[in-house]
Amino acid sequence: MARSRAERVLPLAKVVLFAACLAPCGLLVWDAVSGSLGPNPVEALLHGTGDWALRLLLVTLAMTPLRRLTGQVWPIRLRRMLGLFAFFYVALHLTVYLWLDRELAWSTIVDDVIKRPYISVGFVAFLMLIPLALTSTRGWMRRLGRRWTQLHRAVYVIAVLGVVHYLWLVKADLREPLIYASVLTILLAFRVPWDRLGAMLRGVRVGRSGP
Amino acid sequence: MLIKRPSDIASSEITPPEIYRRRREFIKAAAAGIGLAGAGPLLLGGGSVLAETSGGTAIPNVRPSPFSTDEQRTSLDDVTHYNNFYEFGTEKSDPAANAGTLKTRPWTLVVDGACEAPGEIGIEDLLSGFTQEERVYRLRCVEAWAMVVPWVGFPLGDLLRRFKPTSKARYVAFETLLDPEQMPGQRRSVLDWPYREGLRMDEAMHPLTILATGLYGELLPNQNGAPLRLVVPWKYGFKSIKSIVRIRFTEREPQATWNMMQPDEYGFYANVNPAVDHPRWSQKKHRVIGEGLFARKHETLPFNGYGDQVASLYSGMDLRRYF
Repeated sequence: MARSRAERVLPLAKVVLFAACLAPCGLLVWDAVSGSLGPNPVEALLHGTGDWALRLLLVTLAMTPLRRLTGQVWPIRLRRMLGLFAFFYVALHLTVYLWLDRELAWSTIVDDVIKRPYISVGFVAFLMLIPLALTSTRGWMRRLGRRWTQLHRAVYVIAVLGVVHYLWLVKADLREPLIYASVLTILLAFRVPWDRLGAMLRGVRVGRSGP
Repeated sequence: MLIKRPSDIASSEITPPEIYRRRREFIKAAAAGIGLAGAGPLLLGGGSVLAETSGGTAIPNVRPSPFSTDEQRTSLDDVTHYNNFYEFGTEKSDPAANAGTLKTRPWTLVVDGACEAPGEIGIEDLLSGFTQEERVYRLRCVEAWAMVVPWVGFPLGDLLRRFKPTSKARYVAFETLLDPEQMPGQRRSVLDWPYREGLRMDEAMHPLTILATGLYGELLPNQNGAPLRLVVPWKYGFKSIKSIVRIRFTEREPQATWNMMQPDEYGFYANVNPAVDHPRWSQKKHRVIGEGLFARKHETLPFNGYGDQVASLYSGMDLRRYF
């Protein structure tokens, strides 16, 4: 019974979530049109899209732990949309950077990507997200089978690169990037197979204590 | 030649602050009028902000200066709401929101070190004892953005001479107020407080170097470094230390806050130089605040366009090494 109710609620939940994920973008566009982005509108768009890319990436990574904690499947049903929205905001972030911030001056962009580590890691994270976004469909899940899961584990690396990108660009006040880093650490800690790891370590110790 | 030196700045060119205030009030009224009363303060960046920038005290008898640029001035609103002043928070909007706790009266500046007549001077004496001039200067931040600010102030050299620096005085060290009660940003050790900066003696005595007491004809708003700040227009903004309580003549190069924190990113000299990139971003171009979302960036000039006046201070120096 409960399960079928969840099934019925899911389409509505997806519509609500879709609107919620689009809202930050809508607000940024509204602010841009109404001239409310503040004294440095390019910076406001750059930081706004970057913040939401990272937030949605972390929310996406929270779905698997949430399923385990609640015993419900709905977090997994919402995960793809969240992940694609994370990619959407990363793409917006990159667009703002290339077009408004760097004014499509490709030589300086190449310079940035090669010489500036925080931009390098951000760019690598974007490139790594592309295959994940492309293979997010049901068809690709079926086609890739177990390899789909292996491929999509890349998101752990991407999230780490995203947080490092933020940490390395800050001038002095590390508080905010460290909040993202802490949340990511907790989310990744859920992925560590602690039981197996413990058993392994005990096994090693037994092996070593032998004659 | 980009630097123009008009012998006189027509006061008609300067938009009086009252006009800005009226504009703000108009926007506020309009926002309320069309049923956006709730959104109004949000759009304007907070209702309290209105009170902070209005009702400033005009500085009397401000003289124009031939050193002023006639470039388009950045609006009072942007000059007072986009600030790096970590003593009040690390976001650009924090100083305007938090600097109300700073008490700028009474305010005493201590001048000591290698000089014959060390002593103190109060802010009122600084305002009445030195001819206040308007200096419209370009301001170039190390973060690759820029403004044009109509400062009010007087040459730093005029003040320094009164304290009779000795031959041992090769540098001048500056210190910001240290008081976490008044400066909430100092409760976290984001920087090594108090904020410190320094100049070489010849830089300090250069006629372009001023101590600012105001902007747009009025006393400095707290978020801009009230009641007394340094302005060195050919150097990146972080050299222009705010809310100064102490000036000391020294024999050795003094400590400078950002330089101590990241010596490879922020040099002691910090002269604006498009040829020397900050390790994390290019310094070849900058964005001028207030020009909008789609405005093109501007080419950054050596010494922020003040090369004719100051380049000779550094002749023979390797500016890549002493960046």
